[in-house]
Amino acid sequence: MTYRLLILLSCLPLSLFAQDKAKPVSPAVVSKDTAATRMLQGVTIFSSKNNSVSPVQTLSGVALEKMNSLSVADAVRFFSGVQLKDYGGLGGLKTLNVRSMGTNHVGVFYDGIQLGNAQNGTVDLGRFSLDNIEQIDLYNAQKGAILQPAKGFSAASSIYLQSRKPTFHEGETTHGKVAIKTGSFGMVNPSVRLEQKITNSLSAVISSEWLHGNGKYKFRYTNGTYDTTAVRENAGIDATRVEGGLYGQFKDSSSWHAKVYYYNSTRGLPGAIVSNKFYNGQHQWDRNLFVQTSYNKKFGKRYTMLLNAKYMYDYVRYLDTSIITDYGPLMNRYRQHEYYLSSANQYKLTSFWDVALSADFQLNEMTAVNLDHFAIPTRYTTLAAAATQLHLGQVEMQGNLLATFINEKTKLYNSGHDYSALRPTILVSWQPFRQEDLKLRAFYKSIFRMPTFNDMYYSTVGNPDLKPEHTRQYNAGIGYTHNSKGFLQFFSLQTDVYYSHVKDKIVAAPGRNFQWMMQNIGGVDIYGVDASVQLSPRLLQQVQTDFSVKYTYQKALDVTDPQEVNYKDQIAYVPVHSGSFIAHASWNKWDINYSFIYVGERYFLNTNVPLYYLEPWYTSDLSVSTSFLCQHKLIKLTGELNNVFNQYYDVVINYPMPGRYYRLTASVNF
Amino acid sequence: MRILSRLISCRNLLLLLSAAIIGLSACRKGNGIIPGEETQVGQPDTLRNGFYLLNEGNMGMNLSTLDYYDRSTGIYKSNIYSQINPGATKELGDVGNDIGIYGSKLYAVINMSDKVDVLDTHSAKRIGQISIRNCRYVTFYKGKAYVSSYAATIGDASAGAGYIAEVDTATLQILRTVTVGRQPEEMAIVGDKLYIANSGGYSPPRYERTVSVVDMNTFKEIKRIDVAINLHRVKADKYGDVYVTSRGDYYNIHSKLYVIDTQKDIVKDSFNLAASNLAIAGDSAYVYSAEWSYITNKNTVSYAIINVKDETKVTDNFITDGIDKEIRTPYGIAIDPENGDIYVTDAKNYLLPGTLYCFSKAGKKRWSVTAGNIPAHFAFIPR
Repeated sequence: MTYRLLILLSCLPLSLFAQDKAKPVSPAVVSKDTAATRMLQGVTIFSSKNNSVSPVQTLSGVALEKMNSLSVADAVRFFSGVQLKDYGGLGGLKTLNVRSMGTNHVGVFYDGIQLGNAQNGTVDLGRFSLDNIEQIDLYNAQKGAILQPAKGFSAASSIYLQSRKPTFHEGETTHGKVAIKTGSFGMVNPSVRLEQKITNSLSAVISSEWLHGNGKYKFRYTNGTYDTTAVRENAGIDATRVEGGLYGQFKDSSSWHAKVYYYNSTRGLPGAIVSNKFYNGQHQWDRNLFVQTSYNKKFGKRYTMLLNAKYMYDYVRYLDTSIITDYGPLMNRYRQHEYYLSSANQYKLTSFWDVALSADFQLNEMTAVNLDHFAIPTRYTTLAAAATQLHLGQVEMQGNLLATFINEKTKLYNSGHDYSALRPTILVSWQPFRQEDLKLRAFYKSIFRMPTFNDMYYSTVGNPDLKPEHTRQYNAGIGYTHNSKGFLQFFSLQTDVYYSHVKDKIVAAPGRNFQWMMQNIGGVDIYGVDASVQLSPRLLQQVQTDFSVKYTYQKALDVTDPQEVNYKDQIAYVPVHSGSFIAHASWNKWDINYSFIYVGERYFLNTNVPLYYLEPWYTSDLSVSTSFLCQHKLIKLTGELNNVFNQYYDVVINYPMPGRYYRLTASVNF
Repeated sequence: MRILSRLISCRNLLLLLSAAIIGLSACRKGNGIIPGEETQVGQPDTLRNGFYLLNEGNMGMNLSTLDYYDRSTGIYKSNIYSQINPGATKELGDVGNDIGIYGSKLYAVINMSDKVDVLDTHSAKRIGQISIRNCRYVTFYKGKAYVSSYAATIGDASAGAGYIAEVDTATLQILRTVTVGRQPEEMAIVGDKLYIANSGGYSPPRYERTVSVVDMNTFKEIKRIDVAINLHRVKADKYGDVYVTSRGDYYNIHSKLYVIDTQKDIVKDSFNLAASNLAIAGDSAYVYSAEWSYITNKNTVSYAIINVKDETKVTDNFITDGIDKEIRTPYGIAIDPENGDIYVTDAKNYLLPGTLYCFSKAGKKRWSVTAGNIPAHFAFIPR
């Protein structure tokens, strides 16, 4: 594949033109319109930022407001090239798989710092309520910036969650928002947000919410002869999130940001619906706390520095009343600590050439209770990235080399092997016409993910001999964006074609009685096309409309063993065809939104036989909202009807998704 | 841009949208009843009866399926259950752990579905079910079925002890239960005694290490014979001995095969031989092992034949044509009660469809066929 990239690169004429883009993202730089004024204006829901050097999909403020989404997980389903693995319901695990490379290859960043979980390597996006999220960006390869922590270069694709920053009107020092959501699943979800200006350069925000629900919903399974409808049980959840942030914007153009995040939940794990057993007695308690801080300063005209630090504590308690051990029902407790430090530096060599160096250090520890032969691992991760960026006329190039050093120690038993590697990424884009935001882009990225602590050390599952799982990605695409004052206020077309290869894929057989194993045996070849069109035509004088159509084609083929029956079969849970459609209209103080998702036929194991077949599913969601001012306070009311046609489907085999359900939201901005 | 604007008129958009929705709606054809596959594997033999093969299916996937080898036609039929019993909600169930035939009924023990599915031996039509939580294995004695179960009561003084349920094969009702060790596995009857392997697999490294002996006249546990940790299989030979396998701890204690003298109820012999499963036919015990080690992080596969009369190892491999190299994870074994053919299943990586191999008594491959997910347990229809 490498030669194809070379051909591609040589096709790009290296004309000269400097371009002002990809500035380091510093928090709370621009004072934006407040939510109140913005919501009363008829604006397109799409963010009209310039095409990036790496493929990016964005959902920001207004779009997030208008969509029928409770959590980040609900929102990212509308991106192309992704599969959301959703176990269903309020408390069900929801993880994102980008371009079929596997959930573990997706880096999730919260306000610029990675959300880690060394135990299972995944982030449950269902836990991040949209209540406090301002923007979601999904980047293939990586964010197209060179001033970023080395971690930013270390995942095959990355999703950035940006929490809401405090913004104030002239003369305003305090404001906030109170909201309550209720609806199906016995859900009650009150939230409160308070923004306070402390000084001209320092402001604070506190955001908190409580989510409670019994999680009950009807589901149905039928084969044409039997037709069973039942209610999902043991799916209740009780979760609290408290988040506080300080934002400093100083005269010397430096900015500072600190954040405390606490999440506490208890939930039933309703389990798989199998013959004769529709109830499972597992329960889980989670506590997650992190503190992070970020400082950005520019020295002179050339040098910019970005410092980040984080501490994270994670606690999980798991109870299974169906497994009675010699001390009683099976109960495990897991504790994790993560310490993280990062320094990133960018230097402007010339007007068209920047270089950057970043170094990260991270320590992960994990302990477990009631887990036989658990090794008690500590992982030291050192990352160093050297990156460079060239603006040669209408051509922009970014490249980086990432050095990774993993040192692994265990208190007991066998520890994993130390590992070090040097991996490159190259991103190129070319803007053929100076006046039009049309870009051709291409990237190559080679990266890997480390086996998780569960992969390596989980009792009677883990394998400390595991090697990292490697990915190589080749991508070529085109992006076109047009803004105008006329009929078509916004138009955007994005298409990318790609080939990726996953090597040494870590494969486990889940749930074997006493003998499963984790091994580096898998290989996957992925050929895909992501395409999207977004447009905002003014169909009627008073009506603002927005449409988005996304389509994904993916052939993700198991190339593990040419001798095997499933050689070149589509891998589990990846549809060949999938897509989404969003239509939004706003008129006066009313908004109406229609969202449609289609996921084509899939197989739940890596062999394409009828026995492993999963039907396509598609859902339609509707929402209506209105906002009005009442005593200078913005009141917003939203009613949602989701899965309008009451389709019963499984995203994950035997984990039924809810049929038709509704949600009501009321909020007051003060 | 003007052309683009015209193209994207209101009407066009609506047309496009309705076309898209109609088009997509047609794609959902419904899961329906999944037909099995029929494969001609052997020569028709109208004199001999067929057998059933139970595929365990991965946990949580509700993927246990039943295959049938029809010897009168030589056709191997996979996944017959859902076609014969389309009215059974969510099909056969989750993790088929054992199968047995007693008279006119076939008993499929579906571990994670908490049930024993009872079928007609010849038609495989569903007769009913016996609900037993966390059921594991089945055996039969004087008109009754005996099912081992991991299920224990919380706060029980016997700390997680499982039980054996006695089931009336006519009414399918549970008559009595007897408490045994933790996580009881396979059972065997010798005379009027039931031998049960206790594993203790829920509390590693504190495994059980005993075989429970239950007097079938009183249905009381009369003895526990200390054998080794993490016991699993129990098979009786015709000389009054019981062969018991120990899974070891996957670390320093290896899998091993033990022999119990049922006259004295003591361990009288052991073989320094890893044993996952065995099948005894006449004087020969066919043993295979797929032993995982967390020391080497490797799976070691081995085969052996043991002469149960004089308790000696006869050979280190009963597959003589090199096909054993093809078998990644031997998972089930059976010996044809009539002609001595050897059946071995390959569960591969537990995710791929497995394979059933048929070998002649001499260890030469006769045929192989793709079975279900984790093919494992056999039941031959008696003449």
